[in-house]
Amino acid sequence: MIGCYTLFRKEMARFGKVWFQTVLSPIVTAMLYLMIFSQILEGRIEVFEGVGYTEFLIPGLLMMTVIQNAFANSSSSLVQSKTLGNLIFILMAPISTLQIFLAYTAAAVARGLMVGLGVLLIGLFYVKVPVHNFGIILLFAICSSAVLGALGIIAGIWADKFDQMAAFQNFIIVPLSFLSGVFYSIHSLQGVWHTLSRFNPFLYMIDGFRYGFFGVSDVPLGTSLTVVFVSLIVLSAVSCWMIHTGYKLRQ
Amino acid sequence: MTIPAISIQALCKNYGPVQALKNINLKIAQGEFFGLLGPNGAGKSTLINTLAGLTRPTSGTLEVMSHNVISDYLAARAHLGVVPQEIVFDPFFSVREALVFQSGYYGLTTNDSWIDELLITLKLTEKANANMRALSGGMKRRVLIAQALVHKPPVVVLDEPTAGVDVELRKSLWRFVNALHNDGHTIVLTTHYLEEAEALCDRIAIIDHGELIALESKRELMRRGLGQKLKVSSNSPLPDVPANLQSKIVNLSSHQLELRLHREHDSVMNILDQLKAAGFQIDDLGVETDSLEDIFVQLTSEQAN
Ligand SMILES: Nc1ncnc2c1ncn2[C@@H]1O[C@H](COP(=O)(O)OP(=O)(O)O)[C@@H](O)[C@H]1O
Ligand SMILES: [Mg+2]
Repeated sequence: MIGCYTLFRKEMARFGKVWFQTVLSPIVTAMLYLMIFSQILEGRIEVFEGVGYTEFLIPGLLMMTVIQNAFANSSSSLVQSKTLGNLIFILMAPISTLQIFLAYTAAAVARGLMVGLGVLLIGLFYVKVPVHNFGIILLFAICSSAVLGALGIIAGIWADKFDQMAAFQNFIIVPLSFLSGVFYSIHSLQGVWHTLSRFNPFLYMIDGFRYGFFGVSDVPLGTSLTVVFVSLIVLSAVSCWMIHTGYKLRQ
Repeated sequence: MTIPAISIQALCKNYGPVQALKNINLKIAQGEFFGLLGPNGAGKSTLINTLAGLTRPTSGTLEVMSHNVISDYLAARAHLGVVPQEIVFDPFFSVREALVFQSGYYGLTTNDSWIDELLITLKLTEKANANMRALSGGMKRRVLIAQALVHKPPVVVLDEPTAGVDVELRKSLWRFVNALHNDGHTIVLTTHYLEEAEALCDRIAIIDHGELIALESKRELMRRGLGQKLKVSSNSPLPDVPANLQSKIVNLSSHQLELRLHREHDSVMNILDQLKAAGFQIDDLGVETDSLEDIFVQLTSEQAN
């Protein structure tokens, strides 16, 4: 277990050394969204009854930031270690598949939660967001960042170069996280868009997370929980399988 | 009988159509200083990497201290320290951080005194808190050696540790590795310098095109006296070569003669005297050290005979 914990600490130290870029910068980006969207839309749109737009926006924005950063952490760390060749220190060490998985995922969760906390603190300057059920909030934050941490491991192992990883990030993670009801309720979408949205797993993460704040959601809470848990199990299994077989890691 | 430090059976490794290793069988005893000698592309690194778990064997089994490197990989890796051929490092950390993390990977939470000792022996103390990026190539290689030794592994493997390293550092590396050997570590060293393998190792395996073509003690290899040629040329046509030198001829033309020298038994002066006595007009001469490839050709042809 010491090996696993050390790898986790190494991963924390890695993003900690460049916290300006890994923690502060996403918080600032989220703050910009918050400023702009709340300026323009506050008072014009009411998604949930009795909930102001800024209030509605904060949990979604928070979760979007958590998702993107959890993914970025494990994927960029792996691609970087692979291209620089220093991943061999971990591949040659007596650390088991499960331990490697846990260490990378835990670090991704930690970064996700740190960034999320930053966004929350800034959001609180704007408006006081209610808390309906803190347990649900935490559960969704942790499980969703773990899902993205695992997905980041998969992408990081699969990608041979930074470009491929960036493509994964820019063409899959970012669009899906934007189109997941951060800025609107999916009920405001029509026809095919509404149907398509239902296949976006990020929607359930954000919706369940938002339920924790307001006690109201677009999708039943049970459905969101199920989607998040199933994603977590499937992606964890896939990433453990990749680490175990040495896919693209051990030739 | 004590268990072997390394045991390799019927190891094959293919990279697509390339057969990098062809049915390698090898046992290395504990406490041995073993040399794996071969030209570039022979398969040395592939062999080391399969041992370290960085490469999957296509078939065959490998054991480190009787732990299978695949089915019992945690124990196998805990007993092994590998210094990779390529210089790799994590640019996020300092030398000391790299060593502390490395210790943790091997389950050690407190390792400071051994790390300090390693830093001193490898002359890295002054750079302990410097970022890895700020180190010269030679220093980075020494950090890699320290990293391989944080957990005091019984089996230490060094993949071409002296390639591209200056004479001074090469000598200090040799001293260091010898000291490790005297401390009881099993040492496996790959190199493409015959002299290096001969100077350091008890036993030498020669590998070429993925095949183990020789495996013998240093004494046996020395006894063969491989490795040198005498080249003699003349402006006038050469007379007949004396009978007792006939067997040494590698190349003979009207103005040039090339003889194989046995490094222990043959004296250059002696042979030159014999040639002069036979009427040779020598205008130019030189002693050449064989390339590894030449030696392989000799070994393989000897084996074929
Ligand atoms: N990752 C790889 N993919 C394809 N071929 C490889 C790979 N690694 C090594 N080889 C091939 O395997 C052979 C042995 O290489 P290597 O073990 O590096 O030799 P050495 O270390 O003795 O110089 C070479 O022909 C090399 O091109
Ligand atoms: Mg090599």
